[in-house]
Amino acid sequence: MTATRAEVCVTAIAECFRGDGEILANPIGTIPMIGGRLARASFEPDLLMTDGEACLISDHAAFAWPGGKVVEAYNPYRSMFDLVWSGRRHVIMGASQIDPFGNQNFAAIGPDYARPKAQLLGFRGAPGNTVNDATSYWVPNHSPRVFVESVDVVTGVGWDRAAAAGPAATRYLDLRRVVTNLAVLDWETPGRRLRLRSCHPGVTVAEVQAATGFELVVPDQVPQSRLPTPEELELIRAVIDPEGLREKEVPA
Amino acid sequence: MSDKRLSEDEVVAELRSGMTIGIGGWGSRRKPMSLVRAIARSGLRDLTLVSYGGPDVGVLCATGQVKRVVYAFVSLDTIALDPHFRSARQSGSVEDEPWDEGLFLLGLQAAAWRVPFLPSRVGLGSDLMRLNPRLTTVRSPFADGEELVAAPALELDAALCHLDRADARGNACFLGPDLYFDDLFLRAAATRRFISTEKVVATEDLLGEAGTEQRLRIHRAMVDGVVERPGGAHFTDCRPDYERDEAFQKEYAAAAASAEAWASFRTDWVDLAEDDYQARVAAR
Repeated sequence: MTATRAEVCVTAIAECFRGDGEILANPIGTIPMIGGRLARASFEPDLLMTDGEACLISDHAAFAWPGGKVVEAYNPYRSMFDLVWSGRRHVIMGASQIDPFGNQNFAAIGPDYARPKAQLLGFRGAPGNTVNDATSYWVPNHSPRVFVESVDVVTGVGWDRAAAAGPAATRYLDLRRVVTNLAVLDWETPGRRLRLRSCHPGVTVAEVQAATGFELVVPDQVPQSRLPTPEELELIRAVIDPEGLREKEVPA
Repeated sequence: MSDKRLSEDEVVAELRSGMTIGIGGWGSRRKPMSLVRAIARSGLRDLTLVSYGGPDVGVLCATGQVKRVVYAFVSLDTIALDPHFRSARQSGSVEDEPWDEGLFLLGLQAAAWRVPFLPSRVGLGSDLMRLNPRLTTVRSPFADGEELVAAPALELDAALCHLDRADARGNACFLGPDLYFDDLFLRAAATRRFISTEKVVATEDLLGEAGTEQRLRIHRAMVDGVVERPGGAHFTDCRPDYERDEAFQKEYAAAAASAEAWASFRTDWVDLAEDDYQARVAAR
């Protein structure tokens, strides 16, 4: 079995949760939801996950439960903040823009916030997510429009902005990784500048750099993102995402 | 024993231009849309809306009655962004007061508890501190000395929510997956707290309708008026009574394409009595 690019992305998302233990894995987006389910169904069995609404469920299927859900607990929106603010969550958010230090924007695009070129989601929960919990990002369309030198609005807090805001902001800040359709990136550098962690199979370092609007930290040796094992592929295809929604988000 | 039943228009008669109105529900879920439509037909203007926003915000932006939006998102769920709100923002016709959706909960809770603020880590380092002029920081008086965000009380002049069942005195329950923050909206307003409901039942039947007392989350000391309106949340999700009317929501969203499209939608679905609206929906 050959893994598709989407399935490599799913596996890279799952790897974000390795070692997280008994916390809420809260991946937002199609491939993130599949990747979170994969982590729990294989190497991180203690993760908690939601049905996207008001319950924590133990099912491995990511999107539909025609036979009914196995509900572990009631978790209405209000309870989500109890999880977030107590630090028992790892969220994966999207980003319309992200800068070298991990400042994220999905509120609005343009220089004038009072009259933006494009109104987007708003701040949603990004300020609270980032200063309280482990945070990773998912970018299905790695491009210089997303990876920018400076974001128009800081919704999710990056390393430099948190440091400037003081110890109450940095105390629980824990930016982990960015998974894209091309690569995996992280901030495991002395200056907390975005680093290329691995390239997906078939993608070169030069291609990733060309799709990024600022200079990445590139180690001498950049490994390849790992492929899913045959067991993982079987889980993805037969159990977690039998409808193949992953291929719509990142086409082959 | 007071009977608090009112019509939508009687609720709107209690509101004034310039008021700050909190609207319950969440995104395109269990929104008090018949009350929103009644506001849309009224001459009210310069409103400040406080909402986990959905088409409540979009409709009133489209009718030009909104001065300021206090929000963390305005979404239609199956359509990620409300296009009417987007247009209003991109034309600069509404003031924008951004919040984080959790910090927003604290603002409502502070108003409900009658304290000026509640402290939080949320907002530190983000552009909320730059773009929301009401946010500031406060230093912990304890040994830690941490500098935290003070979430100011989101005091409301009026609150509007839609619940599945209620009695005539204002006791009410939700039947769907989540109460959302409806109880906080009703507590964050000192007066003018109105609910619409799918069905008014006798008080002795309320527990049977709810199935469990854990769903009886709204009581009569939180409510000043009750509007009985089956379909009152249409076209938003009001499970188990009805699901979101996705086809209708698509037409609503498409009406943001041009002034002509909105004028046509407005004639068909806004500028008509609620009884006629419901009859027309039933005939679709």
